[in-house]
Amino acid sequence: MCGSCGCGSGAVVTLLADRPVPAWMGGPGHRLHRGARGHHGHAEHLAGHVLTDAGYALADFEHDHGHEGHSHDHDHVYVMDVPDGGRTVELQQKVLAKNDDLAERNREWLRERGILAINLMSSPGSGKTTLLERTTRDLVGKMTLSVIEGDQETALDARRIQAAGSRVVQINTGVGCHLDADMVAQGLRGLDPPSGSIVVIENVGNLVCPALFDLGEEARVVLASVTEGADKPLKYPHMFRQADLVLLNKTDLLPYVDFDIKQYMTDLRMAAPEALLLQISATTGDGIQAWYDWLRRRIPPPRD
Amino acid sequence: MSLLVHELAITEGLVDAVSERLPGAKVTCVRLEIGALSGVVADSLRFCFDLVTEGTNLEGAALEIIQPPAMCHCRVCGQDFEPDSPIALCPCGSVEVTVLTGQDLKITSVQVA
Repeated sequence: MCGSCGCGSGAVVTLLADRPVPAWMGGPGHRLHRGARGHHGHAEHLAGHVLTDAGYALADFEHDHGHEGHSHDHDHVYVMDVPDGGRTVELQQKVLAKNDDLAERNREWLRERGILAINLMSSPGSGKTTLLERTTRDLVGKMTLSVIEGDQETALDARRIQAAGSRVVQINTGVGCHLDADMVAQGLRGLDPPSGSIVVIENVGNLVCPALFDLGEEARVVLASVTEGADKPLKYPHMFRQADLVLLNKTDLLPYVDFDIKQYMTDLRMAAPEALLLQISATTGDGIQAWYDWLRRRIPPPRD
Repeated sequence: MSLLVHELAITEGLVDAVSERLPGAKVTCVRLEIGALSGVVADSLRFCFDLVTEGTNLEGAALEIIQPPAMCHCRVCGQDFEPDSPIALCPCGSVEVTVLTGQDLKITSVQVA
């Protein structure tokens, strides 16, 4: 079940691996299947078009939920009697505390290994996968990139990323509209990325829900495109407010669309005053070097 | 269930959190605090609550939501202010704003039978 909520109760994590799955992950077979509450049979569905020959239960794989080495904010329970015979129990607990806790563990896991994780978010069709295909090809021999690919259904995007040359895990969230920290924990362990590398977590295409779920990333990147219209920062302020970087994609199409870039920059500054804006075209490569430079500056030194 | 709103996910998180803290207890009321800048819509959450609690120890519980206003600090003019929209702009016109409160989504207390 999903770490914070259980919404993606049928989520399926699939490693499109170019090497054998380690023994601690259950030996042969690449599919990590999230079980429990009300799953929807995606494993059977996906088995037709993913590189897998055996699945195994999440229970073999999921990390424990002990409290060593980290803190919860729900340590204190206050109980008081109320006149009708019931009791009021003071909780003062964040609803997403469980997700936040798992995200923090992911962050620690990544820090210990010297890995840069980026949470890449956008609306559907902004060009996330095209950007990652190009990034993979352009960075061959310069930086090591792997991808956690989130979609409701299909392994289409993971196939594209794999064909471009990156290692990739596909997470199908079923009815879930976002990735959560538990799914990413599984994805990371499936990928086992090398120290000094970059993991891009391509979130489910959605400008609303992913904003609320910390995944343990180092930075949040929002990808927008000129074909979506210039009004998105004001329409989806929660998403943009948390962005460290906004990539404005498809700038090669600016001559053909009604997109007021000055207005966009003004609105973005209101919605996300801290965010850096880079204008790129993942198709032509215009401006893309600045994205690579931004990534390179954030890669931690490799650990032994 | 085909609802694709994060309020559904959040409501399920809420039920899980309460069930874990108070296993087996019959919960009659849940009190929630939804900050004005939390990105969560109270009405959507209410809509999901009855669906999600069905068959759990929260079934039939009342849901009390308070929505405290957000508070921000302007780094240009120095004043604290209550933003009037999710785009937190200082009345002085500055966007150099730090959100002090209003992003939380918290279970404050529950009532058990």
